[in-house]
Amino acid sequence: MPSVEILARVQFAFTIAFHYIYPPLSIGLGLCLIIMEGLYLKTGLAIYQEITRFWIKIFALIFGIGVATGIVMEFEFGTNWATYSHYVGDIFGSALAAEGIFAFALESGFLGVLLFGWNRVSKGVHFFSTIMVALGSIFSALWIVIANSWQQTPTGFRIEGTGMEARAVVTDFWEMVLNPSSVDRFSHVIIGSFLAGSFLVMSVAAWYILRRQFTRHAQAMFKVGLRVAVVAALLQLFTGHRSAHYVSKYQPAKLAAMEGHFDSLAVADAYLLGWVNQKEQKTSGLKIPGGLSFLTHGDFTTPMQGLRATPPTERPTAVNFVFQTYHLMVIIGMTLIGLTLLAVFLLWKKKLFDQRWLMMIFVGAVLLPQIANQVGWYTAEVGRQPWVVYGLLRTSDALSKTVSANQVLFSLILFTLVYLLLFLLFLFLLHRKIQHGPDVTQNEEEVSDLYSKRNIGGVH
Amino acid sequence: METFLGLDLATWWFLVIGGLITGYGVLDGFDLGAGALHLFFNKEESRRTALNAIGPVWDGNEVWLVIAGGALFAGFPLVYGVMLSTFYIPFMLFLVALIFRAISIEFRSKEPWRWWRKMWDISYMASSTFITLLLGLILGNLIHGLPFNEQHEFTGDLLTFFNPYAILIAITTLSLFMMHGAIYLTMKTENRLYAKLTVLVNNCCKFFILCFILTSMATLIYIPHMTQEFKHNPWLFALPLAAVLTVLNLKRNIDSRKYFTAFVFSSITTSILLILFAIGLFPNIIISSTNPAYNISIYKAASSATSLRIMLIMAAIGTPLVLSYTIFVFWTFRGKVKLNEMSY
Repeated sequence: MPSVEILARVQFAFTIAFHYIYPPLSIGLGLCLIIMEGLYLKTGLAIYQEITRFWIKIFALIFGIGVATGIVMEFEFGTNWATYSHYVGDIFGSALAAEGIFAFALESGFLGVLLFGWNRVSKGVHFFSTIMVALGSIFSALWIVIANSWQQTPTGFRIEGTGMEARAVVTDFWEMVLNPSSVDRFSHVIIGSFLAGSFLVMSVAAWYILRRQFTRHAQAMFKVGLRVAVVAALLQLFTGHRSAHYVSKYQPAKLAAMEGHFDSLAVADAYLLGWVNQKEQKTSGLKIPGGLSFLTHGDFTTPMQGLRATPPTERPTAVNFVFQTYHLMVIIGMTLIGLTLLAVFLLWKKKLFDQRWLMMIFVGAVLLPQIANQVGWYTAEVGRQPWVVYGLLRTSDALSKTVSANQVLFSLILFTLVYLLLFLLFLFLLHRKIQHGPDVTQNEEEVSDLYSKRNIGGVH
Repeated sequence: METFLGLDLATWWFLVIGGLITGYGVLDGFDLGAGALHLFFNKEESRRTALNAIGPVWDGNEVWLVIAGGALFAGFPLVYGVMLSTFYIPFMLFLVALIFRAISIEFRSKEPWRWWRKMWDISYMASSTFITLLLGLILGNLIHGLPFNEQHEFTGDLLTFFNPYAILIAITTLSLFMMHGAIYLTMKTENRLYAKLTVLVNNCCKFFILCFILTSMATLIYIPHMTQEFKHNPWLFALPLAAVLTVLNLKRNIDSRKYFTAFVFSSITTSILLILFAIGLFPNIIISSTNPAYNISIYKAASSATSLRIMLIMAAIGTPLVLSYTIFVFWTFRGKVKLNEMSY
């Protein structure tokens, strides 16, 4: 039977990875909803209200699962990682409490108005609620990323007590909040979320365009999604670079694992694709010699600290895993930039929606930001092992002492089954909602019927 | 320790968490209770009405639990870790039940098929009931005390949680929430469903009063450490007296069909019961039945003064905000439920 540590880590990884499908979608959709509803308020056109209503329904589905699976995360710190909870409570706890009071209450409070308030409040108040829900989800990410960033680059604290009684105590709140990695990591996470949400919008729109359904609505949606996506994809290049920069400064072992750089002190290459042979401590693949040195120091010849500079017990063991997840994220990031730029160019040429092959790609492209967000976090979290609080608390020391392997195995099986069911239900309901499509008013329907009859020969 | 307005910071934070848990009990209490009663309504329209009565607010209500959890983590990390790892299996089941409840509410209306709706109706009722019972069971065990050794390690097993006192508290909690939920639903419904609920409210109220009496007696007889504080400060006996008066008023208002007033009184009842629990516990949070010396007090568990001070400021800024949009949402959805195309 696997140890408590392995089981608890697997359970945490599984529950957080599953949870993380949803919040980025909520955050990204939130921004798209603001734009859609804003356009409705500005133009007064029914089409914008209809697409807003349609996406609010999908938002509710995603948000609901995000909340339900998020509560699990909050309590899992205490159930499985009691020693960790005690160690970081003074710091992490305040961030989590801030998240609850400033973010959750905001989004959950206004979500009711968003969903059921169309006939009860004025257009302006409804729009305000949309903004509040979207802001709430962003605040939520802010506090969580701050807490996680503190674990990566702890500052503004001191250690009190020793052994099992040891704990980190806040000495300077703002130094803790604005620790060296929070701003870069927060912007990277948020923009990744904008990509996830906007690509979902474009995927569904492209699907309608391919099937020649709701064509006008689909084009309106697609344009909203594309605006968000193109800006986000380009910005992500910048925040990604900034994030790598903090890693090079504060977590050299993680960066070395990301590029499979073993030599204690040597010029570091950047790989486009590759494979790490951990046994022989060798990395091979398609590389830019000195590339990592250049990206970090602006000079192809500056030597950099490799994995062997860190004692074996203090560096990540899953080097190839970190290498692959990191490179997959980068490749996807570049693909997204190419895709969105191409789409913008074709839109400008007024040819975008006739390119069926590109629409097919966009239907599937919804998975790309999702995968990039996931593997990006795998890189960050596996790459910092064996530490849960970098340089201070080891993951293996952070467990709950009284919880047995049997108990964790039980909960792990339980969550696996429940989440599997949840995921199937989610896909099923999402599919049904997409099939149903936006509720088009009579007038609009006639217009779109005419449109389809004239242009597409009556296929509708 | 640093003090503010004559109370030390740990006590302040104890009050904040107590306030949050009370808020959770009063708010999520009614929607959990409404859920526990869900299958008493036979007609599809009644079930939809009952669901929509809580529809816009249940998610906001549940946030109080999330905030209370975060506050416990932040204010008393030791207790947070000890409590959650001790109640490992109950909490895991609790979390799964929360998931099922959330998706039952959200998914039920998504398809018109009878089997689909029936499935989610059952899931909604079962999870609401189960969550309430688990909350009560955990509360009962916290009042009763559990075997902890000097290192705050729990030395019992799963069966330890099922002592008669904890089971009684679990049932009392269910009866309280069912009554609270039934009163809320009468406020939100009309015509036949309303008529049906007036009968149901009465029965729930009688059931609660029975549980209330049993719990009071059991606590007085079997849980001496909960009543100690009262012996030292006899004026505190005003509170149990207030509880009895509130319950009597509650009954009177239900009998005269003044459901809004009854709802206020059932909220007060929930609050007083939790305040009594807090007074009995203070200054401890975790009671060790092995040896009182192994209790975890708020002073032992508290975060640093700096952290507590920062978070009190946050609470001072955050609470009015949360209350204002809670009131805004309840105000927006005031009055009887009317079903329309956007409803569940």
